[in-house]
Amino acid sequence: MNENREFFYRRLHSLLGVLPIGIFLIQHLVINHFAAYGSGSFNTAAGFMHNLPFRFVLEWIVIYIPILYHAILGVYIVLTGKNNTRRYGYFRNLMFLLQRITGIVTLIFIAWHVYQTRVITIFTQETIDFDFMEAILTQPFFFWFYLIGVISTTFHFANGLWSFLVTWGITVSPRSQRIATYATLLVFLGVTYLGVRSLLAFGMGV
Amino acid sequence: MEATKTKQETITIIVTRQNDPSSAPYEETFHVPYRENMNVISALMEIRRNPVNAEGKETTPIYWDMNCLEEVCGACSMVINGTPRQSCAALIDKLEQPIRLEPMATFPIIRDLAVDRSQMFDSLKKVKAWVPIDGTYDLGPGPRMPEKKRQWAYELSKCMTCGVCLEACPNVNDKSDFIGPAPISQVRLFNSHPTGAMNKGERLEALMGEGGIGSCGNSQNCVQVCPKGIPLTTSIAEMNRATNIQSFKNFFGSDTNY
Repeated sequence: MNENREFFYRRLHSLLGVLPIGIFLIQHLVINHFAAYGSGSFNTAAGFMHNLPFRFVLEWIVIYIPILYHAILGVYIVLTGKNNTRRYGYFRNLMFLLQRITGIVTLIFIAWHVYQTRVITIFTQETIDFDFMEAILTQPFFFWFYLIGVISTTFHFANGLWSFLVTWGITVSPRSQRIATYATLLVFLGVTYLGVRSLLAFGMGV
Repeated sequence: MEATKTKQETITIIVTRQNDPSSAPYEETFHVPYRENMNVISALMEIRRNPVNAEGKETTPIYWDMNCLEEVCGACSMVINGTPRQSCAALIDKLEQPIRLEPMATFPIIRDLAVDRSQMFDSLKKVKAWVPIDGTYDLGPGPRMPEKKRQWAYELSKCMTCGVCLEACPNVNDKSDFIGPAPISQVRLFNSHPTGAMNKGERLEALMGEGGIGSCGNSQNCVQVCPKGIPLTTSIAEMNRATNIQSFKNFFGSDTNY
């Protein structure tokens, strides 16, 4: 494996994006969606996740380390590409560019999101519950920041899922790749609905 | 813009020129007398015959590469009106004017429109894109290839290393060492050959090396621009599958992985 380090790093990057990061994203947004049923429902669901045994280990193994790896190699991938959508405006090339843009936006969003909900709260000793998120998302700036961040993340996940299927040699034929485009579009719409619906619950009280 | 009136008599060509590999590029405009059935190459030959630019000043003839003149060698590839393609197959009557000619700048530029595609030939060597049969004695006939498979493989064998797919690929550039789509498809071709398949693993190993298949970002421009209509993205996905299996075999498998 030593000689094929780059290949291994790139494959690991692709794998981590879906497993565990993609799975975690869906889980996270499903839990958030409890906000749509009221603050009590959300607090129970978030409290359950918060009180999972070995939470610290789980967070580092399933969330922080994979995202950090994916982000660092991702920035390197962005920097070694030379976008050419102006000359080659094909659909997949636009997706290629959007994947890179949303990758960077998502990185900024997640960095801030973790800082705001996980890092400062260590010092302020605040409990992260419905009221905590409501206080953030009722500020128009943060509502829009989160809205863009969440949609960017779900796009990056859904489109990344399409590339994942190609990278792992699952969708080889042009037909299967085309169908995967529609399937991942549905994934995008579904996951985005979960995220945006919870933002509306926190920010608009609906 | 007298070009509209005299469209049938003169053609306007704007060439991106460069004197040597390290000097700065510049544009030069030419008016070329129109003849029927001209292609970009015959227009360039006309300029070479009478190297005078649109301002009436004598200039150096344009330097470009060409060979077969029937779109099978790939040597005369250049960017014509924004699209990388072969200049021999680019008919003047079918091009919008003024015609803009640029070199395929993803490659090192030798001079004017001529580029150095040696990196592609180096990649073919790297992935061992051939069937090794040389030896000290006659190996006899190899296994037969089904006719249907031969017809399919023929499509992949149409690759002429013209470089158009590398020019269109956002991941082939001076910041990356990605070998590009063409050699990946060649691995698929030679690995599907009954005799070539005997060295399958070696080619897959090469694809897993530095700048190999892992650097593909699935922009799929290659399949859109390939002048031979080679299913490059299908080849890449197929080789993705094959290299993954090879890497699992290498890691988890026994010691019989040849």
